[in-house]
Amino acid sequence: MLLNILPQVLVDGLTLGFMYAVVALGYTMVYGILEFINFAHGEIFMVGAFVGTEVLLITDALGALKGMNPFVALFITLVVAMALTGGLGVLIERVAYRPLRGAPRLVPLISAIGVSFLLQDLVRFTEALARNEFYLNTPTLFTSSISLGGVATIPAKGLVVIVLAIVMMVALTLFVNKTKWGIAMRAVAQDRSTASLMTINVDKVIMLTFLIGSSLGGATGVLFAQNYGTIDPYIGFILGLKAFTAAVLGGIGNLRGAMVGGVLLGLLESLSGAYMGPLTNGAFGAEYKDVFAFSILILVLLFKPEGLFGEAVKEKV
Amino acid sequence: MANMKWKSFNGIPLLVTLIWIVAFAASLHFLDKSVLAFLGILSSIVLVYYTNTSKAIKMVIGAAVLLIIIPLVAGDNRYYMEVASQVGIYVAMALGLNIVVGFAGLLDLGYVAFFAAGAYAYAIFSTSQANEFIAGNLFPLSGEWFWPFLIVGLIVAAVFGVLLGLPVLRVKGDYLAIVTLGFGEIIRIIFNNLDKPINITNGPQGITPIPSPELFGIKMGTPFYFYFIVLFVIAFIVLANIRFEHSRLGRAWIAVREDELAAQSMGISLLNTKLAAFATGASFAGVVGVIFAAKQTFIDPTSFTLMESIGILVMVILGGSGSIPGVVLGAAFVTILQVQLLKEFSNFLHSLQQSGIINLPNQLDPSKFQRLVFGIMLILVALYRPNGLIPAKRKKNDLDAIKASKFGQAKLGILSKISQISSGKQS
Repeated sequence: MLLNILPQVLVDGLTLGFMYAVVALGYTMVYGILEFINFAHGEIFMVGAFVGTEVLLITDALGALKGMNPFVALFITLVVAMALTGGLGVLIERVAYRPLRGAPRLVPLISAIGVSFLLQDLVRFTEALARNEFYLNTPTLFTSSISLGGVATIPAKGLVVIVLAIVMMVALTLFVNKTKWGIAMRAVAQDRSTASLMTINVDKVIMLTFLIGSSLGGATGVLFAQNYGTIDPYIGFILGLKAFTAAVLGGIGNLRGAMVGGVLLGLLESLSGAYMGPLTNGAFGAEYKDVFAFSILILVLLFKPEGLFGEAVKEKV
Repeated sequence: MANMKWKSFNGIPLLVTLIWIVAFAASLHFLDKSVLAFLGILSSIVLVYYTNTSKAIKMVIGAAVLLIIIPLVAGDNRYYMEVASQVGIYVAMALGLNIVVGFAGLLDLGYVAFFAAGAYAYAIFSTSQANEFIAGNLFPLSGEWFWPFLIVGLIVAAVFGVLLGLPVLRVKGDYLAIVTLGFGEIIRIIFNNLDKPINITNGPQGITPIPSPELFGIKMGTPFYFYFIVLFVIAFIVLANIRFEHSRLGRAWIAVREDELAAQSMGISLLNTKLAAFATGASFAGVVGVIFAAKQTFIDPTSFTLMESIGILVMVILGGSGSIPGVVLGAAFVTILQVQLLKEFSNFLHSLQQSGIINLPNQLDPSKFQRLVFGIMLILVALYRPNGLIPAKRKKNDLDAIKASKFGQAKLGILSKISQISSGKQS
């Protein structure tokens, strides 16, 4: 009985996991370069979800969405959302983080928490003003689903999430490893002052990091809205936290680690959500799946703080 | 330039403070329900702090305002006392968090979990809830039990603090922030779902009716009594804060905050020091939790969200982490902003709306601006006043004075030996 649902649980977990993985990339990139947790990254993801939904709602209101190819519509949505969230990320860096670069480590963290609250209310505000409500339903672009030999069905939207997430991750890896800017990014992550001596414009590299990380986060927001249908201004915080968990799980500052960590976490969450209830005879149900995610975070930080793929950092004295 | 001006500012003259207090007390007494006058009275405490007199006189005036004037002129108004005791609860919590964040430098984003532990400890045993898992129909306890439960809440929360601290303290910095945040969420989810398999917390329905405290048969259910209870607890916590700050442990906390490695190499046990900070901060939150539960007579998990933790953190950081007067000011300011100013503002907008001057959708109600206001405050404080409104004072040694003193002339350590040797060679 329990095994019957396993393929479906795995498919759902994979979809969720790839979403975590892409958001985790944003955390990892910023942490790798600035050694600071960009708390507002989850909110950038949320803004992406709202921008995407608004684009679709507006095109729908104009009557243009009906006859459009869903892939074209998704492409337009993604481009708009990525451009806006990328710009937002750069703006946040410029206003709230850059002036604090030399400050003690807690100060930018506090500023980041501030930014994340500000964004939540700003989005709630604008939506309340524009639509008189802030829980939005996203028009679904992909309604069909593929049956996998009768044991599981992959909804087309889930497949789109997985494929696009993989495309984004591969593109980012290629960018970081092959291009001049990517090499500059890695150099800045290694040693900021030496990199600046090598005529690398550190400010520009950091800006680029925020641009790429945030636009990836925004794109994932669009995919999230497509996959789950309903969004609200508070989805970013918990998802951001879990994506951060994924980044830590894989070893923060490490792109490959973030991807593996995200997929692992998604699978674990999906499995615990489905099986915890039946296995404990209903004593502990799916409502404890977040406890699961956070417990993993705590355990990893305690016993393997460098993560699955990271290298242990020796403290310099 | 600005610094120069600041130095010549020796404090507000005593007379101005006294006139301020008398004027606002009188206007609160004679004008009916003037929020402005009430805020004036509350803010007179800040004035007293900056008054240019001796410490003893400041203490006397401050105590007089808090213990006599406020209860006298506002005591019969339930709403004012409610606001005042609410402010007091947050001041007490912020002072507790100040030990963890301000002194020991451990960023704790799950602080409200300890508050919840205290509140639930009293709530569960003072209502019939405890009968669900303890046989013998012993409960509910009467309001007389409130007083011993202040200690029980303290102990329960301290135990929670140690339990959380033991594993968590291996990580530091922003990792610690994330881990405590996760821990706070775990506690909230558990409280929210612990109505099965054994019903301990009654889940999302919450627990009610929690009895008010009783003393010698007098039921102390009104905000008027809570005001005094809270004041008493605050006095205790402030005293503890001051004593800790200058104790051996307190100095160890500050050393750990400034540089863990250096502190460790000076022989400070990191684990014990940090655990002590966690447990102390937590125990204060536990006490306040008991008072909170008794005051609200109803608690459920929605009172213990991450938002609350962040709110208390905002208070500490806005006021000036590590600085006791700063934390008091920050907590008072943020609470009044939340419970009064934003509400007043939205009442004002409502009245405008009713008279048809503006048309505002319901979602734009300013009392829902809380996150926006918190967000802007956090960013501004981080950018412009990272040390808070009243930064913690630091004892500084004047190096030049030491060098110029008679002890500064003599050579010390290796240098003295060298000069001895060289002088020995000469002779």
